[in-house]
Amino acid sequence: MEELKTRRPIPLSTNYAIAYAARDLDVDVVSAYPITPQTTVVEKVSEFVANGELDAAFIHVESEHSALSAAIAAALTGARAFTATASQGLALMHEMLHIASGLRAPVVMSVAMRSLSAPISIWNDQSDIFNARDAGWVIMFVHTAQEAYDTVIQAYRIAEDPSVLLPVMVAYDGYVMSHTTEPVVVEGRESVMKFAPKRQYPYRLDPDRPVTIGAIVPPEYYYEIKYQQVKAMEGALPKVDEVDREFGKAFGRSYGVMECYMCEGAEALIMANASYAATLKSLLPDAWKQGYKVGLLRLRLYRPFPLRQFVEYTSNVKSLLVVDRSISYGAPYQGPLANEIAGAKLKEDLGFNLISVVAGIGQRTMENEDFIALARLAWEGRTRKFPETVFYGVRE
Amino acid sequence: MARNWMDYKTDAWVQWCPACGNFGILTALQRALAELDLPNEKVSIVSGIGCSSRIPYYIKTSNVHTLHGRPIPVAQGIKLANPDQVVIVASGDGDLLGIGAGHFVAIGRRNIDIKVILHDNAVYGLTKGQAAPTLPLWFKTKALGQPNIQSAVNPLLLAFASGYTFIARAYAYHIDQLKEMIEAAIRHKGTSLIDVLQPCPTYNDIMTKEWYEKRIYYLDKEDPSWNPNIEKPEDVKKIPKIVEKMMEWEPRIPLGVFYRNTMVEPLDVRIEKIMPGYLQNPPARRSIDIGGRALTNPFVAFKDRIVTT
Ligand SMILES: Cc1ncc(C[n+]2csc(CCOP(=O)(O)OP(=O)(O)O)c2C)c(N)n1
Ligand code: SF4
Ligand SMILES: [Mg+2]
Repeated sequence: MEELKTRRPIPLSTNYAIAYAARDLDVDVVSAYPITPQTTVVEKVSEFVANGELDAAFIHVESEHSALSAAIAAALTGARAFTATASQGLALMHEMLHIASGLRAPVVMSVAMRSLSAPISIWNDQSDIFNARDAGWVIMFVHTAQEAYDTVIQAYRIAEDPSVLLPVMVAYDGYVMSHTTEPVVVEGRESVMKFAPKRQYPYRLDPDRPVTIGAIVPPEYYYEIKYQQVKAMEGALPKVDEVDREFGKAFGRSYGVMECYMCEGAEALIMANASYAATLKSLLPDAWKQGYKVGLLRLRLYRPFPLRQFVEYTSNVKSLLVVDRSISYGAPYQGPLANEIAGAKLKEDLGFNLISVVAGIGQRTMENEDFIALARLAWEGRTRKFPETVFYGVRE
Repeated sequence: MARNWMDYKTDAWVQWCPACGNFGILTALQRALAELDLPNEKVSIVSGIGCSSRIPYYIKTSNVHTLHGRPIPVAQGIKLANPDQVVIVASGDGDLLGIGAGHFVAIGRRNIDIKVILHDNAVYGLTKGQAAPTLPLWFKTKALGQPNIQSAVNPLLLAFASGYTFIARAYAYHIDQLKEMIEAAIRHKGTSLIDVLQPCPTYNDIMTKEWYEKRIYYLDKEDPSWNPNIEKPEDVKKIPKIVEKMMEWEPRIPLGVFYRNTMVEPLDVRIEKIMPGYLQNPPARRSIDIGGRALTNPFVAFKDRIVTT
């Protein structure tokens, strides 16, 4: 009976769901700096620390650069470290993003995705993450508060796995997810720790075996160390899948590395992530009623990119519309994800027509009919080429 | 015709909580600009990010709203290119003394003629009340889960140690006195700090109007002989007393001009020494072309370096 009670969903925002995950994972060190729309994650975590539900050292730093620095150092001593940020905070961390992956620090960070200055905008888009994608972190997008809770738990299993040892970002849309409430099953400390027990970090800073970390490396070695990151990233791919499957066995929920929704019989696909994926799930049935047989390819694991699943889902469709909420100014396709997909299409010799759409910049509203319009565009794309990126919803 | 403070008002809706100390700072600043009769375009107000950093929207001058912690470098760029512009940084305590503290120190070393108005509410107002670097040790304002375990930085001493040549402390609800300090800072040539104690009625439930008004007093009222000026070598004898006053906090908090040193060369004078003509012909006013044609022709200027094969 007791067990059932705790498994009843409770209403949580994605920010709070992440804070509950950090609590249930018994993180040892939290270092963070407030930034909208992330702030309520660490506010909630600090509440858990203050009321004794979480026994963690909470470091109040003076910037995000310091927040990630402290989290990296904590992880290197073997502590389970957590931080969270958004937007300018992630941009300010950029230097340390590469330090975390280069030093193989298994830090987990949640990111409430938000646009970047200038001009100042506190609203959602995904410019922050897409500007950080080449920093060597495992990156996962989530589309519900429940998935956020579950993925943070999975993230520690992945990050701390001795064959991986890479930092992991769990990203979701600012406001649309960070500040809206959904039902979330919170599993509690005991079962979460059983699933993701703390592991001894193999190369930890240890007073009994003093070493210097981060030393300068000459050209004869630097490349090999970076290549080890390449290998670690490749190795993370099956690990993410495996951890997700085991999570499913333990808790009854699993997500896969990439999800194809309403793909049965679909001739066109829309590739989207986070809240857009959630919205599309509710609207695709309408699109089908209007004759657009369009499925959703939901990007969950972004780095490493699940190419095999991608090929499997796209090899029989006629068109693929990729929605980017960030701009790669001046690139061949100006949506960064679309650009990558063009590479994947060439590499795997895939036949679909690619449509690159940029939308939702600075949280430009996308109404239901706008998503239906995207479905129509994807549908049209079966027989028509769109050589240029479509800047959907912009006033020229 | 002399300007009045209304000439510096914009019609933007002021987005601060009722009774926020920022209103007093805004009014005092507009009045000081009017008193000095400064042309609107000759003044630049540069802010970072925070409640206080919205102030450029409300003052009709040439302003920049920058990034969190970064108003000082931006202000320096404006001042270096336009040495006769009045450049004012107005920003929060978190912005200037936390994330941007490196810049706060760096400008002191240069004694660049920038006026820093520190909106000192001891919290991060905009992000809902976390402890700022000026919140005293063990204070537990209402948004904190636990008391503050970090000590407060003393902005006056930090400015002094960094080389600021004008250092004052004001109180946001005393608009007349604050206005006078801003005027004095603008008249001074060199890096200036006005630390403005700014009640934040929404998040700082300890350092309230009542709290401050029980403690504050003016240096020159208490001691009519108070003279913060360092104008000649023997004036350095005043420094121990000045530092002592800067360190005074509880139970009484002194306000007023603590330090005004006119013996240190400001940056523009230093630059003029290594770059004669800088002041007469500063970068912002230098022509780079005439009628679309560059002033220098690289093929002429580098004639003897051109390699022909
Ligand atoms: C790099 C970065 N990190 C965090 C933030 C979020 N943020 C905005 S204002 C602020 C603190 C504001 O405090 P303060 O400077 O004291 O100004 P106040 O609101 O109190 O006037 C923070 C943390 C940001 N904008 N940029
Ligand atoms: S939160 Fe505080 S500092 Fe910000 S506007 Fe309100 S009263 Fe002023
Ligand atoms: Mg403040």
